[in-house]
Amino acid sequence: MKKIISFAAAATLAGGMLAAGSASAATTLESVKERGNLKCGVTSGLPGFSQPDDKGNWTGIDVDTCRAIAAAIFGDGSKVEFTPLTAKERLTALQSGEIDVLSRNTTWTLTRDVSLGLNFTGTNYYDGQGFLVRKDIGVDDAKQLDGATVCIQAGTTTELNLADYFRSNDMSFKPIVFDTSEQTVQGFSSDRCDVLTSDRSQLAALRSKLDDPDSAVILPNIISKEPLGPVVRQGDDQWFNIVKWSLFTQINAEELGITQDNVDEMKKSENPEIQRLLGTSGDMGEKLGLSADYGYRIVEQVGNYGEMYDRNVGPDTPLGLERGLNALWTDGGIMYAPPVR
Amino acid sequence: MNDSDTPPATAQRRPWNDPKVRSLAFQIIAILAVGWAGWSLLQNTFENMESRGISTGFGFLDESAGFGIIMSLIPYDATMSYGRTFWVGLLNTLLVSAMGVVAATIIGFIVGIARLSSNWVVAKLALVFVETIRNIPLLLQIFFWYFAVLRNLPSTRQSVDVGGVFFLNNRGLYLPEPLTESGFGWVLASLAIAVALVVGIKRWARKRQLKTGQLFPTFRVSLAILIALPGLAFLITGTPLTWELAELKGFNFVGGITIIPELAALWFALSIYTASFIAEIVRSGILAVSKGQTEAAQALGLQPGTIMRLVVIPQAMRVIVPPLTSQYLNLVKNSSLATAIGYPDLVGVFMGTTLNQTGQAVEVVAITMAVYLTISLLISLLMNIYNRKVALQER
Ligand SMILES: N[C@@H](CCC(=O)N[C@@H](CS)C(=O)NCC(=O)O)C(=O)O
Repeated sequence: MKKIISFAAAATLAGGMLAAGSASAATTLESVKERGNLKCGVTSGLPGFSQPDDKGNWTGIDVDTCRAIAAAIFGDGSKVEFTPLTAKERLTALQSGEIDVLSRNTTWTLTRDVSLGLNFTGTNYYDGQGFLVRKDIGVDDAKQLDGATVCIQAGTTTELNLADYFRSNDMSFKPIVFDTSEQTVQGFSSDRCDVLTSDRSQLAALRSKLDDPDSAVILPNIISKEPLGPVVRQGDDQWFNIVKWSLFTQINAEELGITQDNVDEMKKSENPEIQRLLGTSGDMGEKLGLSADYGYRIVEQVGNYGEMYDRNVGPDTPLGLERGLNALWTDGGIMYAPPVR
Repeated sequence: MNDSDTPPATAQRRPWNDPKVRSLAFQIIAILAVGWAGWSLLQNTFENMESRGISTGFGFLDESAGFGIIMSLIPYDATMSYGRTFWVGLLNTLLVSAMGVVAATIIGFIVGIARLSSNWVVAKLALVFVETIRNIPLLLQIFFWYFAVLRNLPSTRQSVDVGGVFFLNNRGLYLPEPLTESGFGWVLASLAIAVALVVGIKRWARKRQLKTGQLFPTFRVSLAILIALPGLAFLITGTPLTWELAELKGFNFVGGITIIPELAALWFALSIYTASFIAEIVRSGILAVSKGQTEAAQALGLQPGTIMRLVVIPQAMRVIVPPLTSQYLNLVKNSSLATAIGYPDLVGVFMGTTLNQTGQAVEVVAITMAVYLTISLLISLLMNIYNRKVALQER
């Protein structure tokens, strides 16, 4: 059935392109405001990133990234409609206007940024590709995987990195390509493949879904750079800026020590940087086309970047991922946002 | 014959008053209008995509693909082009479709005839088969074969080993691969000669039977020729054929021919599902042949099997062929459910990975649709030719 959806997405894309006049009537911000909610594309279920519970409430770092945008626009982080998408469907869904923003562990690459009519607005998780193997096959380094059968998800950067890595190491492999992460995991757990490969954060998430997570290990090798972040359509700079700066605001809030708990107190702060971020001085919100207190709303509703990280993927969650590269630049990581000024 | 019936002379008629000319003109105008509309839609689409910063055009087909494919009938590796991935996917689609059409036809005919068997158990079993299989969605059946059946095969280390030649495990069925050496051309040539001889003998035997009524053991003689001639050539040229056996190396078996479980599952599901429909078509075709035909044949003293083969089926084919064509078309199109279990067919490889890596959705979808259309039209064409051959010849 997924095929039909992705076909439909491609068809709508073609259809949309047929009809589209030279200048589209409303800006994305206007149509989001008029609709009363933000349409956000996420995964069909990946713990820690975007996952619905049995009542249909979505959680995850990618989900919170969207909630922050909704908080900035509406002052209400719950005004988001989530659309689950497979890796194959996601970019077409954004191109065709089915969603306003894609926040679905999507790697920023040149081709995607340049030739698809899309723009990446930033990085909410710095990742790299790795390998998950069953413990009993006795492999502790990816270099020992010559001849292995590998389960992958279709339509990912993973497919290309994998071929590159094996080729440059003079090894062979057999790829088994599935449409959804569900099937990919099933392929791995039912022994169709020796290895499952994906971004390491997703391996941690998928491993937590196995019947016996301890039966599998993530190999130490990192074979690629996978900066994951939100994506918007090209050609609407205002919208691009709003999505970009709502993530920057979360990162700056962490740097300035503003948290969900102390944000009301911080409103009284004398620090001009904090004042500008929370909108108690300056006209930053207005410049973006938002209300003056957009920054306050983001932190109040969703929290700063660190809170969002710890809540969803941090060491105390089933994923148990250390901050590593995703720590602030002041803490030895590379998470860095331009100043609010 | 009757001069007064011809219309009055048309010398002074204007061409636009001539209904023939007019209808031709309208048809040309209609075709031009449709063509123009299609062209400008395409043009407009590409222009709009260009203005939104989306790459268009077919240049990507020459770029290096950079991803692996588990199964390919032609040499393929990741350094080859996106255009090559198209052919890999297409051939995989054609392979599973052809295998499916053959198996579905055989199973369908057997079950369809069994439905009409005078043996109660056989007839009821066939009925249960048809009613169960055709009422379960195909996708579920594919999952059933893939996840429920084939996944339960033993793991690589515990493979079923048949004499060290065939191996079966949850990664596939491993067969020996024939490797030909120089001189094998002679074997092939002698096989061709044998086939030609057999065809000749068949014709001669038929003619002789028509003339003299004498039967000739065509089948046995043909078989002997088909085996003896290439066999002799094979021995004379010094057995120019070796078999490469699959062997366990590292994680998997390497060498030999591998039939991956994705192909097997898809093949089983497609064949059995389509066979349940073909069975009904065959049954209705047979029932459409009037009982008098069978009775007449019985009166001539023919055996039931012979009656079926020589009297009933040939006449039933006239009713069977048109709906059978639709079933073949369905099977080919249904084969695109392959993506659900990771069989690398045209939709999985080309409309899946290639589309995603290049982002050129409109082009890739257009090519894919054109291919399915072409395959379907070809099948229809072939079946129509066949249908004309079996159709009732009015004499
Ligand atoms: N970061 C990579 C991979 C992203 C990806 O799709 N990962 C899979 C992990 S197996 C996933 O999230 N699947 C969840 C789903 O399909 O719902 C990319 O952008 O291509």
